[in-house]
Order: sequence, then structure tokens, then C-alpha cells
Amino acid sequence: MKRFTGFVIKEFYHIFRDYRTLLILFGMPAVQLLLFGYVVTNEIKDARIAIYDASKDEVTRKISEKVLSSGYFILEKNLKNYAEIGPTFREGKTKLVLVFGSNFAEKLQREGKADIQILGDASDPNTANILVNYASGIISNYLISVNIEKVPMRIIPEVRMQYNPGLKGVFMFVPGIMAMLLMLISALMTSLSITREKELGTMELLLVSPLRPIQIIIGKVIPYVLLAFIDSCIILGMGNFVFGVPIQGNLILLLFECLLYITMALSLGILISSITSSQQIAMTISLMALMLPTILLSGFIFPVENMPVILQVLCHAMPPKYFITIIKDIMLKGNGVSFIWKETLVMMSFTVIFILISIKKFKVRLA
Amino acid sequence: MLYGAYEYRKLTTSPAPFGEGAGGGAIEQRTANGEQRMTNNENIITVRNLVKKFGHFVANDHLNFEVRKGEIFGFLGANGAGKTTTIRILCGLSYPTSGEVNVAGLDIYRQRNLVKRNIGYMSQRFSLYDDLTVYENIRFYAGIYGLGRKEIVTKAEVLMNRLGLEAARDKLIRDLPQGWKQKLAFSVAIIHDPKIVFLDEPTGGVDPITRRQFWNLIFEAAREGITIFVTTHYMDEAEYCDRVTIMVDGKISALDTPSELKKTYAAANMNEVFLKLARTAINEE
Repeated sequence: MKRFTGFVIKEFYHIFRDYRTLLILFGMPAVQLLLFGYVVTNEIKDARIAIYDASKDEVTRKISEKVLSSGYFILEKNLKNYAEIGPTFREGKTKLVLVFGSNFAEKLQREGKADIQILGDASDPNTANILVNYASGIISNYLISVNIEKVPMRIIPEVRMQYNPGLKGVFMFVPGIMAMLLMLISALMTSLSITREKELGTMELLLVSPLRPIQIIIGKVIPYVLLAFIDSCIILGMGNFVFGVPIQGNLILLLFECLLYITMALSLGILISSITSSQQIAMTISLMALMLPTILLSGFIFPVENMPVILQVLCHAMPPKYFITIIKDIMLKGNGVSFIWKETLVMMSFTVIFILISIKKFKVRLA
Repeated sequence: MLYGAYEYRKLTTSPAPFGEGAGGGAIEQRTANGEQRMTNNENIITVRNLVKKFGHFVANDHLNFEVRKGEIFGFLGANGAGKTTTIRILCGLSYPTSGEVNVAGLDIYRQRNLVKRNIGYMSQRFSLYDDLTVYENIRFYAGIYGLGRKEIVTKAEVLMNRLGLEAARDKLIRDLPQGWKQKLAFSVAIIHDPKIVFLDEPTGGVDPITRRQFWNLIFEAAREGITIFVTTHYMDEAEYCDRVTIMVDGKISALDTPSELKKTYAAANMNEVFLKLARTAINEE
């Protein structure tokens, strides 16, 4: 045990002597969360809009007012004729143009319908889509409110977004960033620290010593369990206090799942380092084979359900997917063990599989 | 240079155990060392019919040899002759395909963990931690061999004293000159007073002066009763060994004292002995 403690202390020396890595380890969660939380959002605020109002009557003015007071749009300019639309878009500032046909109110009164055109700048398709939806939503809301007395029967859907009423992006980024960062720290850092010993030749010395291989590996892993755990607390804390992401479920269960995920990632790191003996390769594998799938194939940003079948199958082989599901369940829905035991079991099996393969590889190398 | 003064003192005051070019003086000195040591006929390593195969390639082909307690045992051979394979097996880093191997009275199959407590190891690849200080490295290696805290403190003091490294106690290893690292690595490898220390080309890539100082340390360790098992490329170093094994293509082609070997092969020095043996291997092919 004394030997083992000495070994773990040495590992901490390595980590604390390397200021830059340490800074990355603890700075990255904060920076990433702030970036994703504030910069990468799908919410639209203050989009520039131009209006060409050919009739300028009471109704069109009302509608324009509604649109502009919604908080989503700011008036860039009023257009004088239809031909100005092209140049306005080309300037680039204006993302949406609203065109009212002539005699709008009159037509509406008489025929029950009037022309309104919504033009979006689809050089950025996502934004255009969202803006057009917002605008048409506001307009139809207005029409419904105006027609209330006239229409005898009506269906007014009441929409409520469960678990994330404000449709905040941060709610999905917090679990995603946790999955990504914990994977990075755990898998990348352990595989690097083990391959480093191999490159230096110190691994041989450790293997010749009375330390058992299992002690060496556990000794390598313990500091990173601790660091990764602190990181997950930082992310959860920031998510909660800065961005208001709730923790509806049991905090202890949540932390336990984090630990399980960390262990899984660590065993993956050990596996990587048992396959390769150079830091360079370990780094490439960790970054390419772990980071990209974690971001793209885990349901972090892009919904798994919309992918082609082959990719969907691949997604189910990605451990982060299960972790993200679990985290969302606990944090946002307040679900307990009865809802997430399957995912938990999957993560446990991943861990066991990774460890078994590593042990096998390790023995082969020794023989 | 911080250590220059000490290096100079060491070179001028301590009698060099062998002259440049390894003439007769070296052998005399070695014999003198041998007399001081507790060399006896007790075997500390016994190897019987050791075979190690990697697929179809036979790295060690039925090796038979003994190493006597307290001797400096040289293990020579060209690159790829199978030296490192043997040393790795003796250290428990790798299992033999077949054969009996006994190290420090222990069976390497069944008592591997006990074997590990009784041996020290230093490889050609430099093996201290760059980002730890001199003292931290010593403490770490002493620690993994299970030395107590007080013991570590005294041992570290003695060690740094002997190497003249007191001033560098809290310096990072990466800031030390290469020669000092190598000497420190050796001292650390024997900090737990092992019965045997395995040195796998310990002087690779080191200048002649440092090599000589390094061999001083080896002699000192041998005087303290530690058996030295050393592989080397340098034939002048072979002269400093009590007995020498020459491996060619996975087999032992000669094993004797350097002087007997030179007599048998009618050679002026070990270099010639080695070339003659290596040439027969090439002729056989």
C-alpha cells in the first residue's frame, strides 16, 4: 500500500508540474460552457428585417407593429418598392423581408384573404427557417386574435415546451459538454500519461519493480478520476448557477452516473494506451476516434432519430450517447433509477469490456 | 557548469581503475577489485535450456549458463543476437517459451514477485522522470521498492553525497547533464540493495569520461556484494568483467574470463575475440 501511495503522489507531481495542461483541464470546462452557452445558440434575437408595405393601412401597420415588438426582430428599413428587395438582401444585414400586397385590409375584409409574402435570406438556411417560422407565427396569432368574434368555432392549440419551457440551448449543451470533456480528460489524459512512460522507458522500470501491473494502472487512473470529477462538478455548478439549468433529479444519482462515465472513459484510455506505445498516436486516436463521434453521433447536437440507419446503429455503439440520455433524464426530467437503469447497464458493460480487452492486450505484450 | 568542479576532482583524485585503451593496467586493477569482492562459487542465476521464440524466430536458442554470486557478468553480442530478450526474461518482463530459469534462488515462473524484490534494473533507454527533482526521483524509486520513510531519507543523503549531487537536490532531472542522469539512474536502480542488478547497455551514447566514472560506480556496487549482469557494445568494457558471455544468433558461443577467451582465440583483445566469433557465424550462414 505504501508503494502504491508513493506512486499516486508521483502522478500528481506530473500533473501539477505541467501548468499548461492543468490550465486546460480546469479552464476548458468554463470556457467551453460559456462559448456554447452564449455563442452557439439557436435562439434568434433582434434579427434585421425590412418591410415593404404596399397598402399602408390599419391592418398592415398593426401586423408590422406586432412583428417588431415581438423581440425577435428589429426594423432595418422600410422599402419603397418591390425592386429594392434584391439589393437589400445583398447588403447582407437584412435577414427577412415582409411584403404586404396592395389594399390589404380591404381585401381581407371583402374576400376574407389577403396577400402577404415572407422572404428569408436562405444563404444561412437554419436561421432563415427559424425566422420565417417566427414571423408567420406572429402573423397568424394576430389574425386569430382579430377574428375571434367572427369565427364561431375555433381550435387554439396551447403549446407548452416540457422540461425546457424557454427552449434554451444551454439545456442541451450542458450534458453534451460534460460528455465531451469528461471523455477528453479521462481517455486522452490517461492514455497520454501511460504512453509517456512507455516512450521514456520508465514503464519497464515500473514493471520490473515489485509494483503489480494492476497497481500501476490504478495509480495512473486515480488522479484523473479526481480531476474529471472536479470538472463535472464545475460544469454542473456553472450550468445551474450561471445558466439556470435545473437539476430536477437526485444529485447523488447524477454524480454517481458521472463517476461511472468517467470510469468508462478511463478504461477506454487504458485500452488505447495498451494498443499504442507513442503519445502521438494515442493523442490522434483519442481526438479523432473519440471527440468527433462524441460531438456528432451522440445526439449532443444532432438528433439521432434523423440519421440514416447505418449511422443510427453506429450511434448506439457510442458510449457518450447513453451518458447524455442519462444526464438529460436526471437533470431536466427528474427521473430516477427506474428510468435510466438500462443506459446505466450499457455503460457498465462498456467499462467491463474495455477493461477485459486491456488486460488481455497487456498479458499478450508481457508474454 | 555547476558540476564541473566535482567531476574534475573525481577524475584527478580517484585512481582510474583502467587506463585509456584498456591495456594491461586495466586487467590488474580489475583483478584487484575482484580480490576485494566476495566472489565465490555459489550460483545466483541458473539458466537451463532457455528457449524464447517469437513466432518462428528463435531469439534464445537453448541457453545454458550460471552467474556466480558477486561477480560482474558481461553479456556481449551484436544487435539482434538476443541479449535484451534474455535480460527481459531474467527480470520477469517476459516469459520464456521453455526452459528453467532461477534468479536469486527463486523460480521465475512461480515466484516472479519475489524475484522482482531482489533485482534492480537499468535500461539503455534513460529512465528517470524529467519533471521530478533529483530527490523526488530517488524517493519515488525507493518508495516503490517498499523502503521506509526514514530509510529513504538516509539512503537519499548517502546517494547524493556519493554522487556529489547535494546542491542539485531540488533540481529537475531535465536540467541535469546527461552523464549525471545516467549515474543517478544507476544509483537509483540499486537503492534497495538488490542481490543482482541488470544493466542493459547502460553506457550507450555516453562520452568516455562518463563511461569511466560509470564503471567506477559499478565496481563500487560489486564491492558491496551486488552481482552485476551487464550487456554492452563496447569491447573495452568487456575487459572489466569477471566473466564474459558472447552471444551470436541466439546461442551462447563462448563463456569464460576475458583472459581465457583471449588465450583460446589467440586474440590481443576482446574486440578480436568478438570479431572472430561473429565471423564464424557469418561463415556458417
